[in-house]
Amino acid sequence: MIRYEDVHKSFGPNRVLRGLTLDVPRGESMVIIGGSGTGKSVALKCVLGLVEPDAGTILVDGRPAAEGDREAFLARFGMLFQGGALFDSLPVWQNVAFRLMRGALKRPRADAREIAIEKLRRVGLTPEVADRFPAELSGGMQKRVGLARAIAADPAIIFFDEPTTGLDPIMAGVINDLIREIVVEMGATAVTITHDMTSVRAIADRVAMLHGGIIRWTGPVAEMDTSGDPYLDQFIHGRAEGPIAAVR
Amino acid sequence: MTRLLGGIGAQVLAVLAAVGRVAIFAAVTLRHLVTPPFYGREFLGALLNIGWLSLPVVGLTAVFTGGALALQIYAGGSRFDAEAVVPQIVAIGMVRELGPVLVGLMIAARVTSSIAAEIATMKVTEQIDALVTLSTHPMKYLTVPRVLAGLVTVPLLVGVGDIIGIFGGYQVAVRSLGFNPATYLQNTVDFLEPLDVLSSLVKGAAFGVIATLMGCYSGMNSGRGAQGVGAATKSSVEAASVLILAANFLLTGVFFSA
Ligand SMILES: Nc1ncnc2c1ncn2[C@@H]1O[C@H](COP(=O)(O)OP(=O)(O)OP(=O)(O)O)[C@@H](O)[C@H]1O
Ligand SMILES: [Mg+2]
Repeated sequence: MIRYEDVHKSFGPNRVLRGLTLDVPRGESMVIIGGSGTGKSVALKCVLGLVEPDAGTILVDGRPAAEGDREAFLARFGMLFQGGALFDSLPVWQNVAFRLMRGALKRPRADAREIAIEKLRRVGLTPEVADRFPAELSGGMQKRVGLARAIAADPAIIFFDEPTTGLDPIMAGVINDLIREIVVEMGATAVTITHDMTSVRAIADRVAMLHGGIIRWTGPVAEMDTSGDPYLDQFIHGRAEGPIAAVR
Repeated sequence: MTRLLGGIGAQVLAVLAAVGRVAIFAAVTLRHLVTPPFYGREFLGALLNIGWLSLPVVGLTAVFTGGALALQIYAGGSRFDAEAVVPQIVAIGMVRELGPVLVGLMIAARVTSSIAAEIATMKVTEQIDALVTLSTHPMKYLTVPRVLAGLVTVPLLVGVGDIIGIFGGYQVAVRSLGFNPATYLQNTVDFLEPLDVLSSLVKGAAFGVIATLMGCYSGMNSGRGAQGVGAATKSSVEAASVLILAANFLLTGVFFSA
């Protein structure tokens, strides 16, 4: 469904992606792990055209992501940003229903609001939150509003950038279940970035580890523990000693 | 010496490059203005913000300026027995120059800065990226409504400012300089020509576009972090103010040089 072919991206002298090649099969849940600052978020943004790769191609359904009708292309995606990226000038429900209130998916205001409240409920937020402004919510609540916005229009492909960071363990469990549900029941393709190994095991069909600008290891989640890759082992067990330097 | 010249050359090139980028930004804005969709709700919000909420500051600026103008002209005119020209000079000074320029500069201070800070913050917190992923073009959603609102409301603000400025001069002239109210008004009305008023409104429209466009431009091109937002805000107000004064000079030439 999504295919990175030898994607390169530098910011000035900072070479972030150095030949990223990865396949995300349709209807599967891919989890990308990797150290902080290795370019996981950049890799997602490249697909959406928010960051332009210096070289290489990204194919979505066999077609280059950069070509064709942008709006139709983006309409198939949902994205949860690492920082939430909620519109602070709009109340929560209008954030969630943003896509449902304008453009091709536009519907009556009351319907949009109803859907927004339903999506908020799915991420564990009560309807009272709907009329508050993002700045009035806690960090974890903002993250969940971002999640609700990402899934509001039932997209076919969903990117979650650290969906459970900053959430309590119970809420993290709820979100993990939700992501799993979206993939299994709605048949969506999901790419999740997370540092939380519990989430990895709960969400992933496949796991890919990004290190040094390339995919260091990728495979089914069941093989993660027996990969024999020293980088992956160090990462999933959180050891300070190993091939990955602690200072970078 | 060569280093000095090289430095000057580099500065000139940087300025020219910036002018080019702003021109491209303006062209892109125009393209998005004439292609659907149009975000009416955002436009109404911008009208309220840029137009209605600017009225108090515009009114205060104008009334004090008009009053001061009357005092100055009276004092200056009395040196050669020309006190009587106060109504005419207040009217022409307010309508042709001070009204548009002062309103333009107040809008640069009030509106340009807030647009730049708002959009820059949205950029830094990835809200602009989020807009894109939600199939909403940031130029259509953020820039077009604001620039259009600037184009529509700032001429009106200038018109209001002109009237209030003349009123300020009138109050001072009638209350403390001993002018006859009816004659003062008669002189004002008789002396102003349609071209004066037209130039005032055209200047207002141009300044409105400059103020809003520069706010959007700086915001969209802001650097990262709080520092980026601060720098974007500062440079937007600087650029808008200088451009407004330069445009004023050009437009004055166009209207009144013949
Ligand atoms: N717009 C940008 N301009 C300059 N450098 C950038 C930009 N975006 C990302 N980078 C750099 O690219 C590198 C990778 O960033 P990225 O956000 O993808 O990391 P990440 O893997 O998501 O890390 P984390 O797990 O901490 O979120 C970092 O060194 C970052 O400084
Ligand atoms: Mg990241």
